Amino acid sequence: MANKAALAAQIARAVTGSVPRRRCLIRMQGIRKSFYIGQPNELEILHGVDLTVYEGEFVAIVGESGSGKSTLMNIIGVLDKPTSGTYTLDGVDIHQAKDNELAAIRNRKIGFVFQTYNLIGRQSALKNVELPMLYAGVPAGERVRRAKEWLTRVGMGERMRHQPNELSGGQKQRVAIARAMVNEPALILADEPTGALDSQTSRVVMDLFHEMHEKYHKTIVLITHNPALAEECERVLTLRDGRIVGERKGGGVRGAL
Amino acid sequence: MGLSNIVENIGMALTSLRSNKMRSLLTMLGIIIGIAAVIAIETVGGSMSGTVTESMSGMGINNITVSLTQKKSNDGTSSDGVMLRWFMDSTPAEEDLITDQMIEEYLAAFPGQVDHISLTVDAGTGTIDKVGDPDTTISATVQGINHDALAATGDDAPLLAGRWLNDDTDAGRKLCVVSQKFVEQAVGGPVTDAIGKRVTLTIEGMPQDFYIVGVYKYVENAYSSLMGQSSDDTIVTTLYIPLDVARRITGASEGYQSITAVAANGVNVNSFVDTTGNYFASYYTRNDTWTVKASSISSLVDSLTKMLSTISLGISAIAAISLLVGGIGVMNIMTVSVTERTREIGTRKALGAPSSAIRLQFITESMVLCLIGGIIGVIAGLALGSLLSGLIGYAAKPQIGAILIAVGFSMAIGVFFGYYPANRAAKMDPIEALRYE
Repeated sequence: MANKAALAAQIARAVTGSVPRRRCLIRMQGIRKSFYIGQPNELEILHGVDLTVYEGEFVAIVGESGSGKSTLMNIIGVLDKPTSGTYTLDGVDIHQAKDNELAAIRNRKIGFVFQTYNLIGRQSALKNVELPMLYAGVPAGERVRRAKEWLTRVGMGERMRHQPNELSGGQKQRVAIARAMVNEPALILADEPTGALDSQTSRVVMDLFHEMHEKYHKTIVLITHNPALAEECERVLTLRDGRIVGERKGGGVRGAL
Repeated sequence: MGLSNIVENIGMALTSLRSNKMRSLLTMLGIIIGIAAVIAIETVGGSMSGTVTESMSGMGINNITVSLTQKKSNDGTSSDGVMLRWFMDSTPAEEDLITDQMIEEYLAAFPGQVDHISLTVDAGTGTIDKVGDPDTTISATVQGINHDALAATGDDAPLLAGRWLNDDTDAGRKLCVVSQKFVEQAVGGPVTDAIGKRVTLTIEGMPQDFYIVGVYKYVENAYSSLMGQSSDDTIVTTLYIPLDVARRITGASEGYQSITAVAANGVNVNSFVDTTGNYFASYYTRNDTWTVKASSISSLVDSLTKMLSTISLGISAIAAISLLVGGIGVMNIMTVSVTERTREIGTRKALGAPSSAIRLQFITESMVLCLIGGIIGVIAGLALGSLLSGLIGYAAKPQIGAILIAVGFSMAIGVFFGYYPANRAAKMDPIEALRYE
């Protein structure tokens, strides 16, 4: 899908000779999020966030701890609903969706990559990668075929039958990336994906994200507190005290982490 | 939810249970004990009632026993008391007994409905000197019997040589019909040679000579095997003598405490029992202390079955408590499991699992846990039931219906007690769950 869109964009560029208007994947306007609503300790974490992410972009959201990063990520990931404001993901108005519809949106449109990998224990890498397809109702044969394909693409073809406790951190994260990609989502949402890895392994994982972005034209939103990591992305948004306070182009430098 | 999802869920459940083998086993224990208890008692009960019914049917499903019974002071009689009264130590006077005249009138009143009347007088156990070896004695049960009843025993134990006793021509004569086994024990030689042989029978210290007129086939019955009479020498068989001879030996009066009317084939025994009972009871309307009761094997079997099912019910109640406790154990451990796997639940939800899928996953796990417990319970119960059946000498009869119900019920326990923890898992907030340490 993303492949086709990118191809269409390329064709459009070739025909018109100008940069076309890119399709908007995430459009957030005036997103506010409060906790303990109506109680004396009511707390507003996000104070009106406006955010637009175009299809095929690699965006980093950086912020110190306490900046509202996690809350924003939860809202982008449709794990939580904003208290007010509008959020449209790939043309779907999140505000209107019921719980089961949110689950379906997470399943089809978003691929999560967590800092702590969050692989299901005692299930092989293959079973873990199959999981999103299980919830999408993909037939068993097709599930195995696609899971193997993606595990091979992330370089885990040799260790498909291994359980998470038999894999290193980097290997686990590669399985997690395969799991995030396997349902062909519109968006990859990565929350500190290298936070638990040493610098060498972090490099491998980041390169894998770049590959997903460049080769498969995935839209990626990377949430991190690491400026070096953010610098590799196309666009860097800085979150502070529940507001987006800065936006700049990334350096595109892929150095040591 | 497709079939492949159910298979996937069962696979996940097995993986999870395998990873905590000891805990799973301990959790199943309540279910195993409960199901095993039910299956064991059903197996024993089934084999007992099956064997008893079979052997009793062998004794004659058409038999209607008419026996004297004491009137209660308030005349409230219950049919369940029939068996008990047989053992009561009270002797009716001679004028209270059932007479030959009553029997003749009864036969005349229901022509064609009664095949024959069986009359017996038990003369106790006699000892017989072995022919040619007076120092060795053989025991036999001596019974006075009328021709019709004796001939009817031929259905099970046919005559091998000689003839049955005849009511009219043999009256008062010291003749006997003995078993094939008795011939081996006391006479020796082929059964045909035994006819006409004289044996000395001692009852209550009085030796008397009897002549063998007939030999019937020895059939080992369930009752004698049950009593453990396995050694050939100790087997006690019945020696039949004419009715009036037995009466003279025992000093019994003319008349019967109990007679057996054998209904003709095609007669509805259950209703004819009441007809017969009422007919004989009419002779006793003015008798202050005695009346008669009629009962049939089928009514005895009924009350026996009722008794067994009462026992089963009692044990089932205990088993039900065990299953309830087991079910609560399952609920407890599933709640623990849900808590332990909070992050997994959060991850699954983030990957797009709807609440229903999470609920189904944990209910399946609970159901599989209980089902395995149930199956182990059924196997343990069958083993225990067979062992117990063997100990009391019955052939084990596994009750297929009970096994299916037990397996189904254990699954139902899994669903019932798994629902609450599964629902808790399903309702978890994915953010909280992902953040859970």
